[in-house]
Amino acid sequence: MPSITLEEVAHLSRLARIDMSPDELERLTGELDVIVDAVASVSSVIAQAEAGGEPVPATSHPIPLTNVVREDVPTPSLSAQDALAAAPAAEDGRFLVPRILEED
Amino acid sequence: MAGAHSAPADIARADDVTRLSAADIAAHLADGTVSSVDVARAHLDRIAAVDGTADAGVHAFLHVDEAGALDQARRADEARAAGEELHALAGVPIAVKDVMVTRGVPTTAGSEMLRGWVPPYDATIVARLRAAGLVMLGKTNMDEFAMGSSTEHSAYGPTRNPWDLSRIPGGSGGGSAAALAAYEAPLATGTDTGGSIRQPASVTGTVGVKPTYGAVSRYGLVALASSLDQGGPCARDVLDTALLHEVMAGHDPLDSTSLDVPVPGVVAAARRGADGDLTGVRVGVVTEMGGDGYQPGVRARFTEALAHLEAAGAEVVEVSLPSVEHALAAYYLILPAEASSNLARFDGMRYGLRVVPEPGATAEQVMGATRAAGFGDEVKRRIILGTYALSTGYYDAYYGSAQKVRTLVQRDFAAAFEQVDVLVSPTCPTTAFALGDKLDDPLAMYLNDVATIPANLAGIPGMSLPVGLAEEDGLPVGLQVLAPAMADDRLYRVGAALEARLVHEWGGPLHERIPELSPNPTTNGGPR
Repeated sequence: MPSITLEEVAHLSRLARIDMSPDELERLTGELDVIVDAVASVSSVIAQAEAGGEPVPATSHPIPLTNVVREDVPTPSLSAQDALAAAPAAEDGRFLVPRILEED
Repeated sequence: MAGAHSAPADIARADDVTRLSAADIAAHLADGTVSSVDVARAHLDRIAAVDGTADAGVHAFLHVDEAGALDQARRADEARAAGEELHALAGVPIAVKDVMVTRGVPTTAGSEMLRGWVPPYDATIVARLRAAGLVMLGKTNMDEFAMGSSTEHSAYGPTRNPWDLSRIPGGSGGGSAAALAAYEAPLATGTDTGGSIRQPASVTGTVGVKPTYGAVSRYGLVALASSLDQGGPCARDVLDTALLHEVMAGHDPLDSTSLDVPVPGVVAAARRGADGDLTGVRVGVVTEMGGDGYQPGVRARFTEALAHLEAAGAEVVEVSLPSVEHALAAYYLILPAEASSNLARFDGMRYGLRVVPEPGATAEQVMGATRAAGFGDEVKRRIILGTYALSTGYYDAYYGSAQKVRTLVQRDFAAAFEQVDVLVSPTCPTTAFALGDKLDDPLAMYLNDVATIPANLAGIPGMSLPVGLAEEDGLPVGLQVLAPAMADDRLYRVGAALEARLVHEWGGPLHERIPELSPNPTTNGGPR
């Protein structure tokens, strides 16, 4: 596996929407490199387990449940007032958010 | 009724009520020896005396809800006086981990992101506690968003271990465990994603249970890794833990991963186990969870506990689970991947922190600045790691392989449980380490959870209970019991039997040996 680069971490921080200073990126790159190195073994473990030709199925959920649905009946839910009570900004019963587009 | 089987301990002095088990408090409330307001007051006074601040004292609580607690206690007393039929634990105080949302009571999950947030609804666990009439004393400290094993990653300062205030209380639920060990509460709630109930229990000499995945509703728990997270009970003894387990567990239509099956008879199992007889029970000692890398004092106490299990009539055999060696690696791919997705909700738009970097900043710039300011280092580390594990080009090698390792771990447990009824191991490789010791070495911190993580990957239930003090440092050692999914009752039977024998040998419960905490702490003190 390739070792993780500073450019890669900078890209990941943009994907994750976390602004990072150059110092922070550098420190994190070093830490992630150590951690990724320690966890990358899963790849070879599975390669070995599947060497006999029998694929190992993936487990996404420890106790699988399927088609969990409820009756389609309305139940009480949060009032708009309660939902907006902790909003950083609200107006006319709605969340007030910053503009989405760059240009003005 | 709780405590109906044994005469409750006497209350010689008013402050002694904080030393009682929840079952004994319940018995005293039932026979009118004390009122719920008295009990709440005693615990609030104890918190005021020993909890201190972020800089000194135990610092188990992030928020103490004195008015709310006294009000709930008053209502429990009134209901009792009116002859209403009450739950066995009605009027008994409890501390709630700050990862559980509480209507009208601040909830931070240990993060700057949620400083001052007051949720508009109750988590199902909290709603159940309220319905049973338990009295919520406040919210307990934790590693930010439950990421950590020491409570040092809390944005509000660490919790300190009542056994030695220079040591960590475990994490992420260090606040709940420390509150129990400091006699600030007889019961507490926790969540366990990779050991966050069991590891704090182990290092504070208390009891904690991670139920079967889906046995306790996740509705209203601030999500870390949804396929691993599980709420559960914490207390100072096995019976109290079982009593709380029964309040918390059960199907919840608001959580689509909630199991629609009857709750195992955990209280009955704890009472049965208390006779100390385990004749016919097959106990497997996990080869891979022990030996090298485990502190000598941990190994010594664990070995003695095995002798107690044998003396109780259990058949003790060694069992190998080869793939648990790879569980830690799989966990540190699956957890960050799920966390990076779950924590995307903290974007500064609808609740919590919003940082506007400059006038007229776009939503995207606000998100970047908000998440930079609101998340601590460990949270950022795991979000970036998770984003990496899920990115194109690495997904199959990392996340995909980790999910397959999860299958191998499940298969190993399934095979083991064909030979034995329960599995046991030390809960942690070491006793409580010193505050600051592993803060700069994330990987060393992660290794502390090596024995607890496999249960979360497999979805099976696990308990940690105290089995003595390590020779070299005088700090508590925990033993972990694991059972098949939906057989949580086995944990309680085996745990109660072992506890009964150990308490008999010690001449009283281990927590009686916790050093007396000095009131109104202003400094941390050094190691004792």
